[in-house]
Amino acid sequence: MRGVFDIVGPIMIGPSSSHTAGAARLGLMARKILGEPVKKAEILLHGSFAQTYMGHGTDKALIGGIMGFSPEDDRIRNALAIADERGVEYTFAPIDLADAHPNTALLKLTGETGRKVTVGGASIGGGNIEVTRIDDFEVSLTGEYPAMVVVHRDRPGVINTITGVLAQYNINVAFMRVSRRTRGQQAMMIIETDDELTDDIIAACQDNNAIETAFAIPAI
Amino acid sequence: MISFNSIQELIDLANERQSTIGDVVLEYEAESSMKDREMLNKSMKDNWRVMQESIARGIANHDKSLSGLTGGDAIKLSAYKDKGYTGGTVMMAAANAVGVSEVNAVMGRIVACPTAGSCGIVPATLSAACEKNKNSEGEIIDALFTAAGIGLVIEANASIAGAYGGCQAECGSAAAMAAGALVQLAGGTPEQVGHAVALAIKNLLGLACDPVAGLVEVPCVKRNGFVAVHAMVAADMAMAGVKSVIPVDEVIDAMDRIGRSLPRAIKETAEGGLAKTQTAKKISKRIFGK
Repeated sequence: MRGVFDIVGPIMIGPSSSHTAGAARLGLMARKILGEPVKKAEILLHGSFAQTYMGHGTDKALIGGIMGFSPEDDRIRNALAIADERGVEYTFAPIDLADAHPNTALLKLTGETGRKVTVGGASIGGGNIEVTRIDDFEVSLTGEYPAMVVVHRDRPGVINTITGVLAQYNINVAFMRVSRRTRGQQAMMIIETDDELTDDIIAACQDNNAIETAFAIPAI
Repeated sequence: MISFNSIQELIDLANERQSTIGDVVLEYEAESSMKDREMLNKSMKDNWRVMQESIARGIANHDKSLSGLTGGDAIKLSAYKDKGYTGGTVMMAAANAVGVSEVNAVMGRIVACPTAGSCGIVPATLSAACEKNKNSEGEIIDALFTAAGIGLVIEANASIAGAYGGCQAECGSAAAMAAGALVQLAGGTPEQVGHAVALAIKNLLGLACDPVAGLVEVPCVKRNGFVAVHAMVAADMAMAGVKSVIPVDEVIDAMDRIGRSLPRAIKETAEGGLAKTQTAKKISKRIFGK
């Protein structure tokens, strides 16, 4: 059984929990994954998102989200105008992702410093989301928990190093997933935790030559 | 550890503890989320504040939705309310519910309750009741926990999503939540809350979710007004001593079976019912170009 505030709540900007509130959360998650203000966004919409996005304000919600607005932020209604004012460039186009969830979006973001990331995810109902892709890695992130993404070399002992750091800081792991593209090459670890991940923890995780990059994604 | 999976269990727990159902639900949430009651009461007060703001904005709303299909009806109802057949309180509830739903359609801030499509019903009825009976904020917050408990049981045993159960799952659930909360606000017993829930659901069983152009507007916005009135009548029936012949949890079970057997075309796909009328097709073409 879910919680009281899943039934009476969330507080949100209408009109649709899946097409508006969920879209804003998806944009916000993508912004957190990029880790810096967005300069440019190329947004591809699949399924029901592609067909009905204008009527539900899905475009405004996604752009609001990538500018850091939460699903209950009044500014979502004027998000496109605010993006224009701030010089945030954006485009929307349909995409056919075959049997992906009908409310799926692919967000190709470029940040202020030129950092790029591609985030794919779906609005799965009631304002809840699942991020299913970060760059070329398959992931599963809901934004309900603080999370850490670690890109590392696929070799023995790396997972132990990271979980060792977490243990040292008394961080409990709620969910964990490791994936790789080719054996012995680049791999990605996604760890969702019960406690906030501070900069110290991330720095300690990065202190290993098998780690390419590690960053935290706060819960949203 | 408190747990419940049925309305009857909620009623039994409230009777054992000699408390309201709302208090049982608050205790359940405190235990399961490991947060203290004060903090949870505060979160519910935040919800109530946003609900009240959405009502105030709704009954004064002139704005049209993005599609242009809705907006401006709550203000008409509000102006007419004392002249109608049904009386000020009932018409006020209808105006409030249409208003909140219009605020949702114009991308304003609302509280999903249990969904965005049915967001007007619970706040509208509680606000109208509060105006009539001068309930305290504490009583309203307690009633909102009762409403949440009813919604949790429905979700666990049937559904609150139009895509799974049709509109009975959205507006039907909201009606059940509102009716139960209204009975509690009127000083009814936990058993009477159960009867109000059963009566409210029974009369919305099988309701189609067939939104024009797939938008949360037609028939959703006006339906929120109708269903708010429906919830008030269910509460009044239960308070008058009317009982549901079919026990409430069996009604919820029927709701689940009906939801599963409804055709996909009338479960939020916009492929059947009102969404397939000539006019709806024209509207859809105008908005989406197809």
